[in-house]
This record gives sequence, C-alpha cells and structure tokens, in this order.
Amino acid sequence: MEAIKELSVIEPTSKTEKEVEELVKDWGNDGEKLIMAMLAVQDKYNWLPPDALDYLSRRFEVPKGQIYHIATFYKVFSLVPRGKHILKLCMGTACHVRGAPMIADALQRDYDIPLGSTSDDGLFTLERVNCVGACAIGPVLVVDGQYRGNMTQNRASAVIKRLKRLAEKEAENA
Amino acid sequence: MPRIESAEMLKNIQEKFRKELEAYPMVISICHGMSCRATGAVEVANAFEKIVGGSSDIRFIRSGCQGFCEKGPLSVVRPSNIFYQMLKPGDVNEVIQKTVERGEVIDRLLYANPTTGEKLGKEHEIDFYAKQHRVVLELNGYIDPLRIEDYFAHDGYSALAKAMTEMERGHIIEEMIDSNLRGRGGAGFSAGWKWKTCSEAPGERRHIICNADEGDPGAFMDQAVLEGNPHSVIEGMIIGAYAIGGTDGHIYIRHEYPYAVHTFQNALDQARDYGLLGENILGTGFDFDIQVCFGAGAFVCGESSALVRSLQGQVGEPRDKFVHATEQGYHDEPTNLNNVETWANVPHIINKGAQWFRGIGTKGSPGTKVFSLVGKVENTGLIEVPMGISLREIVFDIGGGIKEGKDFKAVQTGGPSGGMLSEAQLDLPVDFDELDKAGSMMGSGGMIVMDENTCVVDVAKYFIDFLIDESCGKCLPCREGLRQMSNMLHRICDGDGKLKDINDLEALGETVAATALCGLGKSAPNPVLSSIRHFRDEYIAHIVEHKCPGGVCKALISYHVLPDSCTGCGSCAKVCPSDAIHTVPGKKRKDGLLHEIDLEACVKCGACIDICPENAIEKRSPAEVPVGAARS
Ligand SMILES: Cc1cc2nc3c(=O)[nH]c(=O)nc-3n(C[C@H](O)[C@H](O)[C@H](O)COP(=O)(O)O)c2cc1C
Ligand code: SF4
Ligand code: SF4
Ligand code: SF4
Ligand code: FES
Ligand code: FES
Repeated sequence: MEAIKELSVIEPTSKTEKEVEELVKDWGNDGEKLIMAMLAVQDKYNWLPPDALDYLSRRFEVPKGQIYHIATFYKVFSLVPRGKHILKLCMGTACHVRGAPMIADALQRDYDIPLGSTSDDGLFTLERVNCVGACAIGPVLVVDGQYRGNMTQNRASAVIKRLKRLAEKEAENA
Repeated sequence: MPRIESAEMLKNIQEKFRKELEAYPMVISICHGMSCRATGAVEVANAFEKIVGGSSDIRFIRSGCQGFCEKGPLSVVRPSNIFYQMLKPGDVNEVIQKTVERGEVIDRLLYANPTTGEKLGKEHEIDFYAKQHRVVLELNGYIDPLRIEDYFAHDGYSALAKAMTEMERGHIIEEMIDSNLRGRGGAGFSAGWKWKTCSEAPGERRHIICNADEGDPGAFMDQAVLEGNPHSVIEGMIIGAYAIGGTDGHIYIRHEYPYAVHTFQNALDQARDYGLLGENILGTGFDFDIQVCFGAGAFVCGESSALVRSLQGQVGEPRDKFVHATEQGYHDEPTNLNNVETWANVPHIINKGAQWFRGIGTKGSPGTKVFSLVGKVENTGLIEVPMGISLREIVFDIGGGIKEGKDFKAVQTGGPSGGMLSEAQLDLPVDFDELDKAGSMMGSGGMIVMDENTCVVDVAKYFIDFLIDESCGKCLPCREGLRQMSNMLHRICDGDGKLKDINDLEALGETVAATALCGLGKSAPNPVLSSIRHFRDEYIAHIVEHKCPGGVCKALISYHVLPDSCTGCGSCAKVCPSDAIHTVPGKKRKDGLLHEIDLEACVKCGACIDICPENAIEKRSPAEVPVGAARS
C-alpha cells in the first residue's frame, strides 16, 4: 500500500517522464531495480537524459548523487547523447591478438573518433566491447547491431565512408 | 499447457515429447550461435524454414553454438549425421534436394581435413570433435533452446524429479560433495561444500544466484550454454535451491548478451508455465523462482560480493574479504553463488551419480571443462574436454594447430586473471591445480592461442590496461600498483625500458597480489608474472635490442617493400594514410612501378600489409631507421 501512495505523489508530467514511467511501471519504487531501470532508459534513448535521471531519482527515492555514481561506474551508461550510428569495436583478447588495436588507431587517426567517443558531427559513436562471442571471425566491428567479422582498418574505413555518404545524401534530400 | 504436479506426470510428458520427436524421420539442425549468426546463419535458417518448416517428416531446429564456429554457418542432418559447413542461403535448395530427399552427400559443403585434404562427412570423424567429451554441451545441436519440450524429450528435468522425490536434501549435498565438482567460474571451490555451508548458515532466507556475468574479455562459454541449453542451468539452480533451502533465485547476466537474455527469459517463462518454477514445484510443496538481473558492463561485478551489491541496485564494489557470501551475501543473508557451467553440471551429477562424474577427468579436478578456444588457432570454437587433457591436445589436435602454419608461441588460460604458458608447458594436463602451479589458472574457460606474430609483452600490457580500466579503485595496491606496472610495460614496448624494470615488475606484481582487497587485484599481476617467467628473453629483447620478436610493438618495427615480390599494383599507396609510399622511378614491375616506403613518413599503421595482394610488404624489428632520424 505504501508504495502505491508514494507513487501517486510523483505523477509523471513531461513527455520524458511519462515515457520513463512506462518503462519502469512494474517495479514499484524498489530501489534495487534502479540499475535495471537505468538500463531500460539507456536502451530507449541510447543515453541517460538528465530529466529521465531526475525522474528516476524521485521515483525510486534514490539521491541523485548515487544515480550519477552508478551511471559513471557501469560501462554501458552514457551521460551524453550518442551518435546516430553506434559502432562497437571488439577489443576482447581474441580480437586484440588479431589486430583490433590497429583498427581503433585508424578510426582515431583518419576520422578523429577515438574509442569511447562520439564524432563532432554526431554521426558516430565508437565504443569498446569485450568479446561478443564471435571470436572465430575476429576482429569484429558491430555496426548498428550488425556483426562484421574479419575486420581490417581498410574495411572499417569503408564502413565509415559509406555511412557518411548516406548522411550527406539524406541531408541533400531533406 | 498442463502444470506438472508430480514426478509421474513429468515422466508422461517427457514420453510424449520423446515420441513426437522420434516420429520425425529426419532432423536438420542449423547452428544459431553467435558466430554463426554473425556469418549469415539467420538467412540460411530462414531459407531452410521456408521449405521444411511445418513438415511432418523433417524436424528443423535452430540450435545453440555447436562448437565449430570457425566453419559456420553449419548444419547437421540427422540421423545420418552429415555435417555441412560454411553454408550460404543459396546452398539450401541443393541440401534439400540432394541430401534430404535422396540421401546424397554434397562434397563441396563437407569439411576437408586440412593436412590430408580428405573430405569428412560426419561430425564425429572431424578431429575438432573427436577428442571432446560433451556433458554440458551434450544437447547443443540437438535441441531448440526456445522449446522446453525438446529438453523434455531428452529427459530434461528428470534430475530435478529424482532429487525432489527420491533423495533427502542432505543426500543431494553429499552427492555433490562426493562428486567433487569444482566451481567453473574460476576459483575452483567445491560446489558441494559451498552448498553445505550455505545450507547450514543461520538465517530465514537463502538466496541462490547464477553468475552469468562472463567478464573474461575473450570468452563466450556461458553465453553458449545460456543460448544453447538454458533449462540445464535452470534445472541445476532449482536442485541447488531445493537442497540448500533456497527461497529465491537470481541470474546476473551481462547486458551485452541480448540473445542469451532473450533465450533465458523465454526458458524461465516456459518453466513457470509447466509449474517447474513457482509454487509447489512437482507437488512437493517447495516454492522457488528465478529473477533476471542485468550486469551493466563492469568486470569487477563478476566477483561475488560486488555482484551481490550490483544485484541490490548499487555500485559494484567488492566487500572486505572476511565477509563470506555464503553467510552474508545478498541482503546480508546466506547466499549461494555459482557459475553458469557449474549449475549446468548439476543435473548430470544427480542423474548419473557422483561416481560417474569422478570417472571423467582427473582426481583433483573431475568432470569436463568448456573452453572457448580462440586467437591464432586454426579451429576457433567452443570445446568441451575432459579435465586432464593436455594443452597440446587442445591446441594441436582439437584446435588444428596454428593458423597459416605459423609457429606456436603461447597459450593464455584464465583471461586477465590467468597466465601465459609456453611451448615447454604444452604437455601440462588441464587441471585446476596443475595450471595453478605453472603460474596460470583454469579461470572460467577462455583459452587464447598466440603465434609467433603475437607479442607477449603487448598481451600482458593489454590485460593490465584492461584491469586498470575495470578496477573499482577502492584499494591502493590495485589502483596505484597496476598503474605503475602499466607504465613500465608501456615503456618496455616503446623501447625505453631498462633491465631493472623486469625485476621491478616482478616485485611490484608480488606486492599487489599479496595486498589487494579482492580477486581482481590479487590475480591482476598473473599475466605479467607468468609472461616474465616463461618469456623473459622477449622482455630482454625489447629492452636490450629494441626488438619486438612478435613484430607488434610499433616503436620497435619498421615496414618495408620487398622489391622482388612487389608487382607495382599501387594498392598500398592508395590506402596509406600518410602518403609514405612512393614509386621508385625507373624500376618497372608487372603492374607498374616498384613501390617503396618512406620510413620517416610512415606511421606504422599496417594498412599496406593488409591490402598488399602479393605479401610484398614486411615488418622488421628492430626498426630500421633512416640515417639521422630519432627513434620514435
Ligand atoms: C574480478 C573477478 C571477476 C570474476 N568474474 C566472474 C565471471 O564473470 N563469471 C563467474 O562465473 N565468476 C567470476 N568470478 C568468480 C566469482 O567471484 C565466483 O568465484 C564464482 O562465480 C563462483 O562460482 P563457482 O564456484 O561456481 O565458480 C570473478 C572473480 C573475480 C575476482
Ligand atoms: S583489488 Fe581492485 S577491484 Fe578489488 S577492491 Fe581493490 S581496487 Fe577494487
Ligand atoms: S604502415 Fe601505414 S603509414 Fe606505413 S607505409 Fe604502410 S600504410 Fe603507410
Ligand atoms: S600493394 Fe604490394 S604489390 Fe602492390 S605496389 Fe604495394 S607492395 Fe607492391
Ligand atoms: S574477443 Fe572479439 S568476439 Fe571474442
Ligand atoms: S556459433 Fe555456430 S558453431 Fe559456434
């Protein structure tokens, strides 16, 4: 009963709040579900928007400081908006010994996208992942959820160029 | 669907689905594991399904990882056991017309023995499978992991029924102790003893946890078990809960494994529908259910006390080591935590007995172990072997040796907490204690093979840097000690190392190992210490000769065009990011002019080597530097 009373006090109002509420509505205000809730938010928006975290803080009665501590401790969370295309470069051991670092170097050198960053134009976010379970075809680059195996810097570069061209075309058409 | 209310009823249901399965004269099983999906198995499976889906003569299965990931997408047609590899959607019609309808074997889709060239049609004829002993992975390839009915058809949940209706709780724990099943998550602690301690710890509630965080950054065993046979894990957990007196169950799965999460959640729902989870399981009055919780990408959360904190919605910092999770875990209450593979072994032990289990493997480490065999090995994949098998058999017989005929250099077991072993240790039996003695460890099952073109100092640096990134920073030895070690390793790889660094690395490594708070810090120096122990000469070569024997460390290598092999095609010059490749005027080649690398402009990216169709570019170490230039 208590949980229900509390919840009625923090009626979601803004669009974000309503969307977030939709994601977490089954969890009462059980603080233990906070990380799961943050993951759901991250999955929806691709990052953790501040107003969503604000709402979670009130909703789960967890101080904002603690939410930000969690958001920085766990690797999947991002406190800044991520790029339109998410590139995940596997830096797991198997991919490492097969040359993944050369690909990371190339993306930084040629396109100014260091591992763990988003490009200035907001087009790409390049993330490090550790073993996606496809070691047989390593090095692996996951491009918007699509697994690309036997990656080389030349092929990674082709991926970037293709997506850039696509974006340019879209901009022209718009 | 009926709730299964007794062991008797379970038997009938198993019988029903066994008969249903046996009614199919033929089964086509296509691997839907991660590697195969990444190489096109989804399209191949869809093509098959279009033709044979819904057929009453052919049962079509999308299975979990069948192991031979290197050759995916792959399929097996049973009962003839014809094994096809590297399938494309375009092959499907032919497989149906020839193999399925007429029983003919399609030669070009068979696996060829790489040394003899002999085509092998059957799964068990292939070296990769011949030396394996499958217990945990037994049903991968035989069942559709999304259907509990397939698990029933293979006697699934019999062990649960046996444990709950024919065995006393204490008897189950005795059997587990007797089997000497040691935790497959890394440390190798006796599962039975852990269960016993937890069952005897004072408290109202007892929590049962499955550790599916799989943090080793080069391993995917647990993913394959969860995706391939989720019910074996669920069954193990219910048996454990029943024996220990568990009140609630949790599985902590990495968020990066969406398909494993999906498969497992689906399995939980099905088990609930049949009444195998929830209230009054099998009519015994025992209640138990399992909740899924996601790991959010922190290696340290695989450590038990950190995992428990993370389950509670907190930052995953380990607790002081004198706190034992079995007594004070989740909510400070008794908690029993085991790894995915440990849980998956449980139904087999209950079904077949401790004695059977001890009959596999070695005295100190009975049973089998699943490894992900990866790196520079010919046959990358997921293997399950009896403990006691030698590393040589794994790397050379099952793994088919080193890719491209190169020389073996090292094998790393145990991931970032483990160690590197050299040629001289290849005959070591794979066993918890033997690997420990050699300065490595069993770990959770990552096995990375390195060839002559791998640099052991670079790999040690890779692991230390990984762990610095993953350290929670709570204690000084781990936070600062690893940083210092990393600095020294970077220095050595950059050609600025001193011989003294080797001794300093050893001394510091030993201090960190002795004083760090949790297992992450305690084991972090292992890759460095073991590589110094077995490859000291490579460290010395870096320091004294400025030579990287593996040709990896950028500062110590240079790139050169071999004038006799270059055809002058110009591909290298096109990809060079620093315009360092020029033609040599007047030197004609087949496709143009001879090319040459300007050593001063070259940034050593390796793009030219990747692209050169003639293998006409080579790396040399120590770096040949242009006269007068400073060493980079
Ligand atoms: C830093 C660190 C990371 C760990 N990661 C994992 C992991 O990813 N999976 C796992 O099962 N055990 C992991 N462990 C071991 C667990 O702490 C624990 O020993 C194990 O899960 C217990 O289960 P078992 O006895 O069945 O092996 C890790 C330990 C440490 C110190
Ligand atoms: S050893 Fe490292 S990870 Fe473990 S508690 Fe200390 S700082 Fe944290
Ligand atoms: S290694 Fe890279 S920079 Fe050097 S020559 Fe080759 S492509 Fe150019
Ligand atoms: S790619 Fe190879 S063959 Fe072609 S010009 Fe360069 S070195 Fe010569
Ligand atoms: S290490 Fe990259 S997929 Fe396994
Ligand atoms: S994913 Fe198909 S064999 Fe491993």
